[in-house]
This record gives sequence, C-alpha cells and structure tokens, in this order.
Amino acid sequence: MLLNTEPNMQDFDAFYEALIESHRDLTTAQSHEMNAKLVLLLANHIGELDVVRDALRRARETTLAAQA
Amino acid sequence: MNYQTHEFTYQRCPDQTVSSPARHPVVIVGAGPVGLALAIDLAQRGQKVVVLDDDFRLSSGSRAICFAKRTLEIFDTLGIGDQTVAKGVSWNVGKVFHRDALVYQFNLLPEPAHKHPAFINLQQYYAEGFLAERAAQLPNIELRWKNRVVAVDNIGSGTTLTIDTPDGEYAIIADYCVACDGSRSPIRKLIGEESKGQVFKDRFLIADVKMTAPFPTERWFWFDPPFHPNQSVLLHKQPDDVWRIDFQLGWDADPEEEKKPERVIPRVQALLGKDVEFKLEWVSVYTFACTRMPKFRHGRLFFCGDSAHLVSPFGARGANSGIQDSNNLGWKLDAVLRGIASNPLLESYATEREFAADENILNSTRSTDFITPKSEISRLFRDAALSLAKDHAFARRIVNSGRLSLPSSYLNSSLNTLDEAAFDGGVKPGAPALDAPISRDGVNSWFMSELPSSFACVVYKENNTVEVTRMDTGASQNFVASTEWISRYDAAPGTTYLFRPDHHVAARWRARDASKISNAVRRALGQ
Ligand SMILES: Cc1cc2nc3c(=O)[nH]c(=O)nc-3n(C[C@H](O)[C@H](O)[C@H](O)COP(=O)(O)OP(=O)(O)OC[C@H]3O[C@@H](n4cnc5c(N)ncnc54)[C@H](O)[C@@H]3O)c2cc1C
Repeated sequence: MLLNTEPNMQDFDAFYEALIESHRDLTTAQSHEMNAKLVLLLANHIGELDVVRDALRRARETTLAAQA
Repeated sequence: MNYQTHEFTYQRCPDQTVSSPARHPVVIVGAGPVGLALAIDLAQRGQKVVVLDDDFRLSSGSRAICFAKRTLEIFDTLGIGDQTVAKGVSWNVGKVFHRDALVYQFNLLPEPAHKHPAFINLQQYYAEGFLAERAAQLPNIELRWKNRVVAVDNIGSGTTLTIDTPDGEYAIIADYCVACDGSRSPIRKLIGEESKGQVFKDRFLIADVKMTAPFPTERWFWFDPPFHPNQSVLLHKQPDDVWRIDFQLGWDADPEEEKKPERVIPRVQALLGKDVEFKLEWVSVYTFACTRMPKFRHGRLFFCGDSAHLVSPFGARGANSGIQDSNNLGWKLDAVLRGIASNPLLESYATEREFAADENILNSTRSTDFITPKSEISRLFRDAALSLAKDHAFARRIVNSGRLSLPSSYLNSSLNTLDEAAFDGGVKPGAPALDAPISRDGVNSWFMSELPSSFACVVYKENNTVEVTRMDTGASQNFVASTEWISRYDAAPGTTYLFRPDHHVAARWRARDASKISNAVRRALGQ
C-alpha cells in the first residue's frame, strides 16, 4: 500500500481547528512532546512500515528542500 | 451617477411638523446595502417603508468587494442582478504563494450551468448605488437622508425613534423597526445590548490602487512574501482598473501612521515593482473581529447585517450574509403585516439567522486563525501545511486563505417539514434553491427566474415538464427541465418541492398531495 496524499478527510477546517486547539496553552517544549506522541500514535494506527517510511521520507525531503 | 461622490438631498418631511409622533408600519434605520435591500424587498411586496440614514452619501471607500452567487440571485429578485454582474469583475482562478514560490492554484469555477458565477468583485459603492437607484423607483419607499436616530424607546407595541435632522429633532413610532445601522449600531447601544465575541489582535492595511498594469484577473494570496516578510498580502481586482491590496501589519502597527501615503506607497511599490505607475484610491487600517448579538430580535425591533453580527473579511461574509438576513426577514415581516403570521414566524428570523451568523463566524475565525497564527506552534503547523501543499494534494485542503461564502441551510429550522420519503441528495428542507438551466416556450432560461416572490409548489410531472404554482394566487405555469435540474433536485415523476418566498425549501415529497402541501405552508408560516 502507498501513502495516500490525496484529500482523505471530510472536514479539513474542523480537523485543523482541533489540531491547533489541542496545543492551546502548551509551552513550546510541551508542544514538541505532544507532537512526538502524536506521530507515534498515528504511526501505530497506520501499522504498515512501508507507508510510515514513505511519510517519513516526504516530511524530511520537503523540510530539507525548504531550507535549501 | 458618480457613486463615489453623489450627494443625496435632505428634505424636510411632514412628520417633522405634526404635534404627536406619526406612526409607520415599518421603519428601517440605515441605508447601507442591508437596509436598502430589505426596503426594496418589502416595498416590492406592497409594504410602505420609511428608511432613515444619518449620512447623505454611499459607502465611503470600496469596503465589500466580493459579492457571492447567492447575493446575486437575491439581487435578481430586487431587480439589480444583471446590472451588478455586468459591472462586476468575474474571476475564478486563485493563486496561493508561500515566500517566493507558487504553492498551488485553484479554480473556483463552480459546477457549470448556473446563471451566476461563484463570485464577482465590485466596489460596495456600486452595489449600494444600484440598490439606492432601485429604491428611488419604488413609491413605497421613503428615504430620509441626514436623519440620525438619537434615542430609541422599545415600547413593546412598537418602537419610538427620536431623530435629529438639520431642522432639529422629531419623533416617529414604528410598528416594526429594523436596525440596519452597521457594526457600531447606535440602536444596539441605545437599548443596552452588545455584540460579543473575539477581536483579532492584528491590523490590516487596505489599499485600493488604480493602475493599468497587466495583472491577470485572479486572486493572489501570499503567505510571508519577500516584499512583506512574516505577514500576509492579498491582491484582488475590481472594476475600473482598481486593485484591492490587503497588507497584514501586525498588532503593533500604528493605524494613523500606516495610513499616510508616504508609508503606503513603498509597500505597494515593493509588491508591484518600482516602475508600475499607480494612484491610491482609498486607504484604511482595520482590526478584525468576529462578534454577534445574543438575540437578533427584541420584540418588534430587529437587527440585520453588521449591527447584528460582524465577521473578519476573509471569505467575504459581511455584506453577503447581511443581504441574506434581509432576504430572510422581508417575507416574514410582510406575512405578519398582512395578518397571516405572527410571533413564531418573526422569532424564526432570529433563530435561522443567528445560526447562519454562527456558521459564518466559525468559517471566518478559522480563516483568520490560519492567516494570522496566534502561537509559535500554530505558525509551525501552518508553514508545514504550506510546505507540503506544493506536492501533496491533501495539504492544499488545509491551507486556508478564506473560504468561499456559501448561503446557510436552515436544516434544523422549525419551519421545515421533515422528509417522509427517501431522496438521494436533491435540495434538503431548509436549503436554498439551486439554480439550473430550464426552457420555457422554447426559450432558454434559469430555474431561479421561475420562482415567484410567494410560496411556490414545484412539481416534476413527466416528459421533463415541471409545473410551478404560486400558492397565493394559485396561478401556475410550466417549464421544461434540463438534465441538470432533474439531477440537482433528484426528481422523478411526482416529485414535489415547496419553496418559501425567500426560495429556501420548506418541504418535499415524492407525490403531490394538496393537504400535505397546505400543512407544510402553515408550518412554514409558523402557524
Ligand atoms: C475593508 C473591508 C472589506 C470588506 N470586504 C467585504 C467583502 O468582500 N464581502 C462582503 O460581503 N463584505 C465585506 N465587508 C463587510 C461589508 O462592508 C459590511 O458587512 C456591510 O457594509 C454591512 O452592511 P450594513 O448595511 O449592515 O451596514 P453599513 O454598510 O455599515 O450601513 C449602515 C448604515 O447605517 C447608517 N447609520 C448608522 N447610524 C445611524 C443612525 N444613528 N441613524 C441613522 N442611520 C445610521 C450609516 O450611515 C450607514 O449608511 C468588508 C468590510 C470592510 C471594512
């Protein structure tokens, strides 16, 4: 299975609002910790290492490209 | 008429010389787009309306520039739709930039086969000017310029208004009064009410510039561009070679300083390039807020438009939602003045439009939060979404530079009759009518033009024939439906829709049944 990068959610605006809201009143260090846990939780839910690897690669590559 | 400079004349009226206050069935305070639209709606229904405005000019500056499809459909019913679309600039393509790169572009072109585009751009003074000219044609409307309401007494059986004019003060009594007096609403203050909500700690410079530069007719939105680092910028075209540019300035900016041409011109030059010639048309600095009154109805006193609710401009919901308020209230007030409805129908104005205001505030708040992140982490997520958006389709759906203003569907309104038969989509009770091509007597036309200003029963018969019956006179006529019409209404022979006078669906069935229809009409009148 491939990583699905097509829109795969009904209401992106509600998702984004919930995401930002979940970080409310956290310090930056706490936000980092929370994000790390979020990655672990979601990776486990996905379950397929190939898919997770694809996501890791894309996240890393777009980050390096932005800094270039 | 030059809509930017035209001055309306103050005229003394007989009410100013009588010994006890004159009584009027409907008084509208404020001749902005919302007050004018409501006045025209009521006058066309045969009601006499007095409109009071403290000023004598149209909108100062362009202000609202994006008028959405639903507004244009309502403008058709007020007699100014075609004129508005003809003058406006139609656009479909939007581009989103992050730093110096194009992230993606989108095409707003909605599904084809609607009379009106998703949006047009037009300076507010044109829209107001067209409404004012239309109002002047209607003998039922008496527009009183330079009439400032200075005191209000909401006495239950009506509202007493004290009005200041160049000839001094006078008073009138309104059986029904509608405050369309804008975001600072003096009437709201005079009755001790507040509009509450969130003020965004940010400032925006709004500059309208006139230039003949060959920019395409598109909406360009920049996040963190090199020419205006760390902030956002929006560029949008209006008629007459005028361009709207919004610069996010941050909370610390000094609004008075930022309005000065010597501050504005370099910002515009940084965007356009040094050699593009332009003229500043209008400059203003705003702080945005999303607020609303707890209740839009106080007995026989109503609040409509910005006086009732305020949204940030991302997504163009201010004037558009105010026009929908007027569209909702017009037929209801008319029904009550005719004695065929009472309190519950008036109360439904408040519940339906308070719901709509919440929806608009939610959308507008989400856009504003994306555009102006409030914390380090929300900025990080925003920039991550922008960075992913270039190559990942899903992330483009997260990027939010303002969402298309769509009309509210009153799906939970007590005026609706619930579906008893199954529909696969179609237009649900509470939702506004959907346009589609039709033809009548061999001439191509649009469904929206077939809907009357009264309740209407629309029945799909066979051979693509649709019968539209006015519920007030019983008069009916047929048209021929297109395939788009049939699929948008999920129509099969017998399918029957009941539309309210504001063209929202009240009820629908799979077969026509006269007693069910008359029950649904009663329900939609709050009886
Ligand atoms: C920069 C900017 C951009 C915007 N862009 C958009 C957009 O793209 N799309 C959109 O839909 N909306 C937009 N809006 C919002 C839009 O301008 C308002 O929502 C709209 O003008 C509201 O109309 P209104 O009739 O309720 O109030 P107003 O237009 O404010 O009219 C109120 C009227 O009441 C009169 N009045 C006030 N007090 C009294 C009194 N005491 N007695 C008598 N008369 C009185 C005033 O003179 C005025 O004529 C924008 C606004 C701004 C500022």
